[in-house]
Amino acid sequence: MTAQRTLVTEHRPWPRFAVNATAWQEATGRLAAGDATLLGMWGEPPWVHMAILEEPPHPIAVISLACPDGHYPSVGALHAPAIRLERAIRDLWGLNAVGSPDTRSWLKHGPYTFLPVEGDSLHQIPVGPVHAGIIEPGHFRFTCDGETVVRLEARLGYVHKGIQELMDGADLARAAQLAARTSGDSTVAYSIAFARAAEAASGTRPSPRAAWLRALMAELERLANHLGDVGAICNDAAFSLMLAHCGMLRERVLRAAAACFGHRLMMDCVVPGGVAIDLESDGVERLRALVDGVRARFEPLGRMYEETASLQDRTVATGVLQPDLARQFGAGGPIGRASGRKFDCRLAPGYPPYDVLTFDVPVRTEGDVNARIWIRIDEIEQSLTLITQILDRLPEGPLVVPLLPRAGEGLALVEAFRGDLLVWVRLDADGRVARCHLRDPSWFQWPLLEAVIEGNIVADFPLCNKSFNCSYAGHDL
Amino acid sequence: MLRTLLQGLRRPVTEPPPPEDAALVALGAALDQATRRKLGRSLSIREVDAGSCNGCELEIHALGNAFYDLERFGLRFVASPRHADVLLVTGPVTRNMREALERTWAATPDPKWVVAAGDCAARGGVFAGSPDCVGPVSAVVPVDLVIAGCPPTPTQLLQGLLALLTR
Repeated sequence: MTAQRTLVTEHRPWPRFAVNATAWQEATGRLAAGDATLLGMWGEPPWVHMAILEEPPHPIAVISLACPDGHYPSVGALHAPAIRLERAIRDLWGLNAVGSPDTRSWLKHGPYTFLPVEGDSLHQIPVGPVHAGIIEPGHFRFTCDGETVVRLEARLGYVHKGIQELMDGADLARAAQLAARTSGDSTVAYSIAFARAAEAASGTRPSPRAAWLRALMAELERLANHLGDVGAICNDAAFSLMLAHCGMLRERVLRAAAACFGHRLMMDCVVPGGVAIDLESDGVERLRALVDGVRARFEPLGRMYEETASLQDRTVATGVLQPDLARQFGAGGPIGRASGRKFDCRLAPGYPPYDVLTFDVPVRTEGDVNARIWIRIDEIEQSLTLITQILDRLPEGPLVVPLLPRAGEGLALVEAFRGDLLVWVRLDADGRVARCHLRDPSWFQWPLLEAVIEGNIVADFPLCNKSFNCSYAGHDL
Repeated sequence: MLRTLLQGLRRPVTEPPPPEDAALVALGAALDQATRRKLGRSLSIREVDAGSCNGCELEIHALGNAFYDLERFGLRFVASPRHADVLLVTGPVTRNMREALERTWAATPDPKWVVAAGDCAARGGVFAGSPDCVGPVSAVVPVDLVIAGCPPTPTQLLQGLLALLTR
């Protein structure tokens, strides 16, 4: 049988093709060979969809395989990053990946068997779902030889709320609220991604002012989260001073956000068609003062991190993520960029207003906790630069334009603070959401944490885990 | 490094406690006074995320920063329910977290209180009615105090927790 693909016309901005099993398997082969990167995989019975980042001229494409009997050829059999997605697809949509190496449930919980471990002198440490800190729930099963971790197996899904099912048939306003509450720390990024997907589906273009205000909020969110992460990672290396200082800076960012946009996390401030709230002129001045204050206070903190030997001793060469694994899994954000994967969807494929803003994407190759901290430190400066540029050049225009009530499908890729976030939506003729899929960056980062901790000591797990800071809520949906 | 240590710490940034919220004070006053005499004015809190989007956790975390400095009120977060007086629960209790919440509650020694923080914990929030959620916290364990908000601000959280300590 030869590979066949048919263009689906109502999909924007990138093409979607209905393919036969041969073309599906060919795409799987390209993923396994490293010629393409898996961006996402989801179900819509009788279809299973796969988003792929290809080489130009078609940078991104979605391919869809009809599986009327509920079966499709497993991608995970050849390309490991797809395994958990296929487990979720079976849980949520009842479609089975034929040949998958792991057919256990994932998001819907029931009886569960952890992978068998054999060997002398091994012991297991079960942790969670209720953890010691104030963090989200998940279960970690450590198998150790003395202090050394020989295997970590994570079990997630504890905060699975059925978000995608709640989206089915929802009107745009409710769907936007759900998207904004998929992962609270990335609420702006989720709102932008959902809005951009819905706007693509209906063929609506928001005003330049709305696009710039979205970017402003997105950079404030990245700034707040990176500040929190730098403090929290150092705190997990018992250097609480950094947490105290970064905690204050993070609080200042959130207070400025509340003063300018009416909500500390800027939840529901981005809506399909634009933004819900404008930035007043005193808000501009307040944000300029914030940028100056954060830059002045954070710069010596970066120096302190660099000069504190006891802290470096914990972070350097700890939890190394090999570049080939980061590339294979398409790991985004600081995790990928600390292991040599220079992917930032603000740049490519890109979206406004980043195409006219100037910023660097920091990349390192060491892949250890130290590199992941440095990427965040460098990105804090980049976000400050971007905020200043946006404040300097904020264009005029309407805040929100109504979406045309039109059936269609849209895909959006937005750079959240964790990495690239994918949202796919199908709108019906009334402009309601027929189907929606949200893929958190964490899907391709969680499995890497298991690889990274291998050979490290148990006591370094919190440090490694915090340097990843994957989302549970965004992943569990 | 000493300069960095002291920078920003010369003038304390810690703010006075927020004004009392009458409704929350009334709720706090309803708690058993004899129990309060036993525990004094100090409470140990165990946080349980039972399905939250993580928004509530971010703001609960913020209670520890220098602006709010939760511990000056005798309130502290502890690592185990066995050390806790209060369970601070967030989220629209998912099916997958129900058992963990029940077990955490059972592991908390008496006397204990449950605070449901955030609109999801209070009423299910935007996830109300989802087949993958079992409902607000009160559907699983008895709730003594509700703090509304999506997410509640650190100030709102502080008001609620202080209501547990004031008569």
